[in-house]
This record gives sequence, structure tokens and C-alpha cells, in this order.
Amino acid sequence: MAALVKAAKSEGTLNVIALPNDWANYGTIIKDFTAKYGIKVNSIAPSDSSAQEVTQIQQKKGTSLAADVLDIGNSVATASTSLFAPYKVAEWADIPVGLKQADGLYYADYGGYMSVGYNSAKFGTITSLNQLLGSKFKNAVALNGNPTEANAALNGVLMASLAEGGSLSNIGPGVNFFAKLKKAGNFNPVQATQTTIKTGATPVVFNWDYLNTATAVGQPASTWKVFIPANATLGGFYDQAINKNAPHPAAARLWEEFLYSQAAVGGQNLWLQGGARPAEQQAMTTAGTIDQTAAAALPPVTGTPVFPTEAQATAAATYLAANWAKAVS
Amino acid sequence: MAAATTEAAVRPSRAGRRLPLAWIGTLPFLAYAGVFLLLPTGIVIWNAFKGNTNGWTLANIKALNTGPVRTAFTGSLELCVISSLIGAVAGAILAYAVASGSADGVIRRVYLAGSGVLAQFGGVTLAFAFLATIGPIGFLLHASWYSDFPWGIALIYCYFQIPLMVLVFLPAIDGLRVQWREATENLGGSTWHYWRYVGGPLLAPAFLGAALLLFANALSAFATIEAWEDQIAYVVPQAISTSLISEVGLANAHEGDALALGMIVLVVIVMSCYLLLQRRASRWQR
Repeated sequence: MAALVKAAKSEGTLNVIALPNDWANYGTIIKDFTAKYGIKVNSIAPSDSSAQEVTQIQQKKGTSLAADVLDIGNSVATASTSLFAPYKVAEWADIPVGLKQADGLYYADYGGYMSVGYNSAKFGTITSLNQLLGSKFKNAVALNGNPTEANAALNGVLMASLAEGGSLSNIGPGVNFFAKLKKAGNFNPVQATQTTIKTGATPVVFNWDYLNTATAVGQPASTWKVFIPANATLGGFYDQAINKNAPHPAAARLWEEFLYSQAAVGGQNLWLQGGARPAEQQAMTTAGTIDQTAAAALPPVTGTPVFPTEAQATAAATYLAANWAKAVS
Repeated sequence: MAAATTEAAVRPSRAGRRLPLAWIGTLPFLAYAGVFLLLPTGIVIWNAFKGNTNGWTLANIKALNTGPVRTAFTGSLELCVISSLIGAVAGAILAYAVASGSADGVIRRVYLAGSGVLAQFGGVTLAFAFLATIGPIGFLLHASWYSDFPWGIALIYCYFQIPLMVLVFLPAIDGLRVQWREATENLGGSTWHYWRYVGGPLLAPAFLGAALLLFANALSAFATIEAWEDQIAYVVPQAISTSLISEVGLANAHEGDALALGMIVLVVIVMSCYLLLQRRASRWQR
């Protein structure tokens, strides 16, 4: 570890990509990493998608501008392993087996459950997705992006499918649900951001719970609530991977060590403070290294969580490609 | 007489000896067009016929004939036709009104300056301006139909289409001379006769050209509609975006190239129609 820190410090810089400051506490994580190791973090294209991350490291290959580390969706990670360098962090054993690639080419970093964030001052308490079809939700309900593009949006539709009697292998009922929303005039196609939530233009948003908390959307906790349906508790994790041709290979590995550290100021607890559920949550709870306050603040989950497999996610995307625009336009 | 003959004989030969260097002046333009227009177009066409595993294929072109892609092209056409027609007609009327005022009056200068600014006012800024003013929770008006496709979006597009029309069409109207109007009246012609046989034919090529510009302007616009219709791909630029950035496994850059090729073909068709129309409309000018 000492040798790694030394090598990383002599590189002096780390290129990260697609890490918005308000996403899973990344703003703080980057600041704390720099404060601890004195390594400058160069944050490239914060709002890029996972696919764009992979394109970036291919296009900038061999230059000092290529991203060193990636934070990407699982389907992109599994498709791009030839671009990654295997690396097992010190806490490797604490990452659940189902959440890591055996050789360490990629492994889950943090995740959460699909949720509905909403203005409770305006709508009261939401207890089921069907309520959203009611007339008081006129023009209110938005997804986080286009489900044929964004992972979070695809999972939003998949959650609706589970709640409507579909399954992980059958996203159809979810598409029907949004078609009904559209027909009722409740579907709001505007791009949901902190700003649109603040102004009230998108008062109900389907998104991962860690992006949907009152803190994440910049709303007071008293009027912004997060609802995770008991009959549709859909989980999803993002993955970390190291660029095989990273311009700063040591800094990249040190960054991973920092992200998977269970220290009070380590990636796992920092993600937790951002409302995301870190990959080592189970082990940390057992070991007592978890930030209790942050863990208690997570939105409550009552149902049994389900996680789509790669094949199920691909089937859902294929179905959406053919049916989504038709159903909601 | 002899001197004059010599002079007449020498002149053409002097011109012939001069090195033909005039074309050098066009070099910057040709280089610019080559790098920023021809080269990208060539790359797009080239890549549209490439497969993801480096071989050549027609699969990307065939993918253009699937339901969602046809919907995107229909959507683009609807939006462009509606917004460019409304923009062209409203802009032309406005330009005529401005032109009939004093040539260096305050109103004209205000309109020109305003149009210059508003014609460039697009993208997320424009979308948000509408959202905040007359959107679902706008402070002026609570309306939701602005997100309807294509009419709502076309209306938002008009916000930059009409000023653009004013800018590009005003010079043509300025070209109409008062004397022509007077001549028509002296010959016993009515206002209808003037517009039907003099003003109309004279302005037609300029009007069509400007409308075409508006059409192309709407065709390539992306940020405005993406901000309003973030969750559905209605038009081709949005479909291209999906093919480039999809993180759920639907990204296929070569299909994106095929979509872009489709847009190029669309522009070529519109362009050809325009040339034919213009040739016909301007026949009497020759």
C-alpha cells in the first residue's frame, strides 16, 4: 500500500469520468481523495453516460487525457472487459460474490433501489404506483431520462412492470403503465433536474433512491419523500473498472482502494452518506465500520429486493427499442 | 487605324498570358467546406456501411426501415414542415411590415437587433424559458400542451424560426422598388395584380430559399426538443443520440451513421426540389 501511495503521488493526477458532483456524494469523495493524497483529480465530462465513458477511453487511448477509472452500468461493463485491467482491492473479500467479476475486471461499487421521489406537500403520501394515475398527478410524473438510453429510466419502467404484474423478464406491463400515464395526461416528458424539481416542473420522479433523496435533489426532507414499492423492490448496482491503458495506473488503483475503504472517510461510508448503498454494506454492518447515522437515513425497504440479470436487462432494452416511443407518444 | 487593330489584337493575348490565379481566393472557402462539410459527410457515409466487426454491411441501412426509425423520420418531417411553414409565413409578414416602415427608423433597428438575438436563442435556455413562463407551473400561464408533439414543440421552435425568417427575408423585400408598384397601378393593376404578377414571382425564390433554411434549421435542432422531450425520441437527432449514448445495450454507432445518412438524403431531396422550384420561379428574371 505504501508503495502504491508513493507511485500514485508521483503521478500526481487522476482522470475520472462521468462523475456528477451531486451523484452519490462524488463531489465530497473527490475532494476527500485529493485532501488525503494530494493527487489532483481531473473530472472529465461529468454528465456522460456509461457508453460514452467506454468510447472516451478508446478514443483517447495512449494520451494523458484518457480516463483512468470508470464508474459504469453493469451491461456496459460486461460488454467491455477487454478494455479493463484486473485489480482486486484490499477489501475484495467483503464484496458479495454476486457483485464482482471473479478476476477483478469489474466489481460493484454502490447501488440502490428504484424509487419514486415526490413532493409530499403537494401530493400527500404515495403508497402505490397506481395512485399516480389519479387526476391530481396531472403532468407530474417523470423518468430520469429515456429508457432506451439511460439505465435508471429503464429500471423505472421495469419497476412499474413488477408492480403491475409483470416480471424481470417481462417489461411489457411497465410500458403499458406509462402508456396509461400518458393517456391520463400525467406523464411529464421534461428532463428532470434539480432545477425542474425546485421549480416544481417535475414533482414526481422515478429514479434510483440515492439520486432521489431530499438531499440529492436539493429539497427539504419534510416535503420531499422517497417511496419504494414493496411489491416492486428493484435493485441495481454500478461497477468500478480500471482502464487497461490508464495514463495514471497507480493513481487509478489508489482511487479504487480509497473507494472500497471502510474507514470513516473512505469511499464506502462516503457513498452511504450520499444515500447510496455501498457494495460492502453487509460486511461493514457486521464489522461495525458502517456509519450508523447514514445507514439509518436510507429510505426504508419492505419488499424482497430483486436484481435483473444481464439477459433480462438486454431483453427489456430490446422490447423498449421497439415499443417505448410508440406507447408514450 | 493600324494602331487600333494592334491594340484589339493584343488585348486578348495579354489576358491569356496572365496566370489564372483568381481561384486562389476561393482556397480558404474550399478548405473550410472540405474539412467541415465534405469530410464529415464522407465519414458518415463510409461508416454507415460498416458493421460492428469491421466488415461491410447493409444491415445499418436496412435498420432504417424499422418502425421506430420510420416514426423518428416522420416526426422530424412533421416538426420541420410545421415550424418552417409557420415561421416562414409569419416571418415574411413581419419582415414586410418592418420594410414598409422608415428605412432607418427606430422600429426597424429594434426589430433587426431583436431578431438577431432571438434567432440564436435556442437550446436548453429556450426550453427552460418556456418551461418557467408558460410550462406546467409557469408563472404566467399553467399550460401543458407545450410538450405535445409536434404542435407544441413546433410553436417553441417558432420562437427562433420567425426572427430568423425576418433576418434572411428582409433584404429581399427591401429589393422591391416603389416604382414597380406605381407602374402596376399606372397600368390599371390592382394590389392583387401587383402581388400576383410582380411582387410574388419576385419574392418567391427568396421565400422558398428562406423556408428551406428554416427547414434545415429545425431538422438539425436537438437541445431544445431533448430538454422538453427527454424521455421519448420523437425526431432523428434524438434517435442518433440514442444510438450513440445508450447505456442499456442499444448503442450502435454505425446505425447512428445510417440515421445521419438518412438526414443527408432528406436534405439533398429538399435541396433538389428547391433548385427546381427556383429555376422555374426565376425564369423571368433572366
